[in-house]
Amino acid sequence: MASSTDIHPRNPGVPLDPSWFERIAVNTPAAEARAAILTTRRSLKKTYQAAWLVNAVRCMDLTTLAGDDTPARVARLCAKARAPLAPHILEGLGLEGLTTGAICVYPTMVGAAVRALEGSGIPVASVATGFPAGLMPLSLRLAEIEYAVAEGAAEIDIVITRAHVLQGNWQALYDEIAAMRAACGPAHMKAILATGDLKTLRNVYMASMVAMQAGADFIKTSTGKEGVNATLPVSLTMVRALRDYGERTGHRVGFKPAGGMKSAKDALAWQILMKEELGTDWLRPDLFRLGASSMLADIERQLEHHVTGRYASSTRHAMA
Amino acid sequence: MPSVKEILETMDYGPAPEATGEVDGWLAARGRFGHFIDGAFTKPGAGWDSVNPATGATLAGVTRGTAEDVAAAVKAARKAAPKWAALPGHARAKWLYAIARHLQKRERFLSVLEVLDNGKPIREARDIDLPLAIRHFYHHAGWAELVAEEFPCLAPHGVVGAVIPWNFPILMLAWKIAPALAAGNTVVLKPAEETPLTALAFAEICAEIGLPKGVVNVVTGEGETGAALVASDVDKIAFTGSTEIGRAIRTATAGSAKALTLELGGKSPFVVFADADLDAAVEGVVDAIWFNQGQVCCAGSRLLVAEAVAERFTEKLTARMARLRVGDPLDKCTDIGAIVSPAQLARIRGLLAAGEAAGARLITPEGQLPEGQFCAPGVFLNAEPANPVWSEEIFGPVATLTTFRTPDEAVELANNTRYGLSASIWSENLTLAMDIAAQVRAGVVWINQTNTFDAAAGFGGMRESGFGREGGREGMAAYLRAPTPKERPEAPADFSAVPQPETPAAVGIDRTAKLYIGGKQTRPDSGYSYAITHKGAEIGLAPLGSRKDIRNAVEAAHKAAGWSRVTGHNRAQVLYYIAENLAARAAEFEARLKSTGHDASEVQATIARAFHYAAWADKFDGAVKSTKTRNVTVAMPEPFGVMGVVCPDAAPLLGFASLVLPAIAMGNRVVAVPSASMPLAATDLYQVFDTSDLPGGVVNIVTGPKDELAETLAQHDDVAALWYVGGAAGRAMVETESTGNLKATWTMPNRDWAGAQGRAFLTQATQIKTIWVPYGE
Repeated sequence: MASSTDIHPRNPGVPLDPSWFERIAVNTPAAEARAAILTTRRSLKKTYQAAWLVNAVRCMDLTTLAGDDTPARVARLCAKARAPLAPHILEGLGLEGLTTGAICVYPTMVGAAVRALEGSGIPVASVATGFPAGLMPLSLRLAEIEYAVAEGAAEIDIVITRAHVLQGNWQALYDEIAAMRAACGPAHMKAILATGDLKTLRNVYMASMVAMQAGADFIKTSTGKEGVNATLPVSLTMVRALRDYGERTGHRVGFKPAGGMKSAKDALAWQILMKEELGTDWLRPDLFRLGASSMLADIERQLEHHVTGRYASSTRHAMA
Repeated sequence: MPSVKEILETMDYGPAPEATGEVDGWLAARGRFGHFIDGAFTKPGAGWDSVNPATGATLAGVTRGTAEDVAAAVKAARKAAPKWAALPGHARAKWLYAIARHLQKRERFLSVLEVLDNGKPIREARDIDLPLAIRHFYHHAGWAELVAEEFPCLAPHGVVGAVIPWNFPILMLAWKIAPALAAGNTVVLKPAEETPLTALAFAEICAEIGLPKGVVNVVTGEGETGAALVASDVDKIAFTGSTEIGRAIRTATAGSAKALTLELGGKSPFVVFADADLDAAVEGVVDAIWFNQGQVCCAGSRLLVAEAVAERFTEKLTARMARLRVGDPLDKCTDIGAIVSPAQLARIRGLLAAGEAAGARLITPEGQLPEGQFCAPGVFLNAEPANPVWSEEIFGPVATLTTFRTPDEAVELANNTRYGLSASIWSENLTLAMDIAAQVRAGVVWINQTNTFDAAAGFGGMRESGFGREGGREGMAAYLRAPTPKERPEAPADFSAVPQPETPAAVGIDRTAKLYIGGKQTRPDSGYSYAITHKGAEIGLAPLGSRKDIRNAVEAAHKAAGWSRVTGHNRAQVLYYIAENLAARAAEFEARLKSTGHDASEVQATIARAFHYAAWADKFDGAVKSTKTRNVTVAMPEPFGVMGVVCPDAAPLLGFASLVLPAIAMGNRVVAVPSASMPLAATDLYQVFDTSDLPGGVVNIVTGPKDELAETLAQHDDVAALWYVGGAAGRAMVETESTGNLKATWTMPNRDWAGAQGRAFLTQATQIKTIWVPYGE
């Protein structure tokens, strides 16, 4: 099972053009209504539900971003990324070689993760640029990206300066993200917008568009550290921005909701969002990632129930 | 079923069917249904099979209700009515609460049954119809509790005959039965022939909770059964359905004194401004015309899109349309289910062909439709107002798309319809959206949303979309009646237009009464006058008005549209001024009344009435309804616009004032036909109007043969409402002749005008526009 990330050209970005977003209208109650109805208009049952949960696993950036992370802790997570489902579940599903989409860690943990994942083909994603607040001098933030890439990170999850959005300083935001993109080199860049700090959906749309114009390969909702992390209305606004960008430029940009998604039900909801608003291509790991840590445990329990017909206990599954 | 590995390639949704076992078992056990009369089911008789429109499978047999069946049901309802009405509100509240609770317990059963019988997607039955129906019973359990307190002096009508359509069977049942029972009426309900089953299940629930016998009766049948119910001994008819049938019901009930509310068709505008959230608006279209296969009276079926964004919007809409899933209504992933009947599908197809033939381009998604009674979603591009699909209600999943340049043009296009049920307005500019909401002729206006319903909010139309409101306080009012004033004798007139030498006029300077049209005194088109006499003496001549004078008066009234837009304070000032100027000339008016045998006290009463309505002019407030969170749902009383007012012959001054003043206080412009036997009391008034800053055209006076003029007003398609005071034949005539544009009528015999003032008049002079304004950032 390939976890390919290079099946389409990367987003090269375009010059900053505020006319693409400055007059954008996003109606919050309407976005909330659409988000609410997504999962009532679509339903997944039985084998289909199982398959979609498996897909969530292969699109998952299994994440640990805690102050007490250690190489050993990261190694345990990597072991789970290599074998996210217990063998009997995998066998029951008729699958083999399933892994998560990536591992996501702090820069100083990249080396440990790369070692732990050696030979698995699973990419290591590193947060960078003064995660989670990003309020460090730009030179240090760029140096951090270079460090993480040098350590072996194939994907860099950068955070933006929220102040640039709140102040409408699009040029500064664009320049910063473009510089980060350059610093990433071959590594794919996910731009974390920290939507919980941006508050309004118009801000979310505008920040999304600037990030894409500056060359982000993915746009990502949250660090997981904001008061509110990934929500469906925010995600809806971002994927609509992404769709608009694609229609204007022909470039494909990926989407990564992160933080706050804990259940198998959430995994299905976000996938339905992707399919309904963007299409099936955005259900592959090259264009869709779920940034989550505890969600996998719930998915594994649901899949065990699918295979055995018995309700499962997480204590019988390998912890991440 | 494909393997996990295969599904991972396609990422299809797969089937997600709702189970039907419980409902199948119920249908098999029942087999054939009789009517539910007096608390029990009758023996099944001759009838037809109700079929599943998605599969053609027979669900159950139902009985064709005969006139005798209807009579038996009405008799049972009549028998149950006094006791039901006499129950304390609290006791009725408990019954309604029990119905709500039981509907909730049978919610999934009823959802599945509705899908089988109607063909709508299970999502809609499950998430919209049933929750709304249940909410309606809860809300009205509350009204039952409060009705005595909140509607003092009003009484239930007695027996309500309810005729409901097939598009929302259980929901329309709830909209009729809940307020009827809360107000203390008993009900005979006729469900649509295509979808009788949830009503029959509801009848079983009534039996299950032990609702007193006869309070709710269900008679199944087709159009003839409905007609029998309309003709039967009921006190009120509540109808939801097509404008065509609504017209027939208006004709059938004319002159019968049966109360009537009609919720009819629509061709509602869906207006997208350039500054709208286009993705949200596209999703709005999904909820508008692709809801319930487009078989929705208030569906946003005419998309009006600002030229600046029309191309972008159309692209987005086309892409969204391609993702709609048409198919098995029981599948939880289905967006568009089956069309209710072969006849309806044929009708839709006929209109689609006509639209294309008239030059519009129909776009529909690629791909095969499932076998059976299905219709692809679509949009007509280049649909000009001259195209039949612009004006005809398709009642299928196809909208028209037309562009506009300016807000003015959007309003003009929006109102270019005979209907006036709903409108949906999309703009992030609230100033603009509210301006359009105020100008569009519709009973319900949704801003940045569509098809939002709640039991607390009034729903119902203007123009040929019917009259009356369902939901909320105004909906309750439709199931209650005010005490009937005692009838007073009329004073007949003689319209002979030839010289009357045998009744000479009193000596003095000859005064010439004229018509008063557009603020000017004009001679009648006929050129004739008739003599006004008292005790054999000629008091004067009055113009003999005719059709053409009515036509001119209506045109003048339309030109005075500014009156409807000024503030209540401004209108109050004019009314006070009328009182002031009338008071200054009171002696003259009193003398005139006295000399013709009328009560001189009418003058002081008229001055008081002008004060009364001046007081009301800025106080007949609307309301903010408690509906959904983060939504300001406003109920605004709006004037009809141009009204006809046909006054009593007796009380020539006070009768005229009692009708004209409330109408203009609310912002209407009036074409008044004053007392035919003594019109001079009214024509004397135009000098008062002229000196009181009343703009020309707000009150127009056409004297002459009352019923002839009333008939012209009733038939006039540009008159929105008509009040008539007079004899039974005239009342019946007015109601019959008003069906052309289904104008709201208010007819009554002559009465004592002394106390005839207040809210009852203002309510009749206005119609509620409900505006839904969401907020949230």
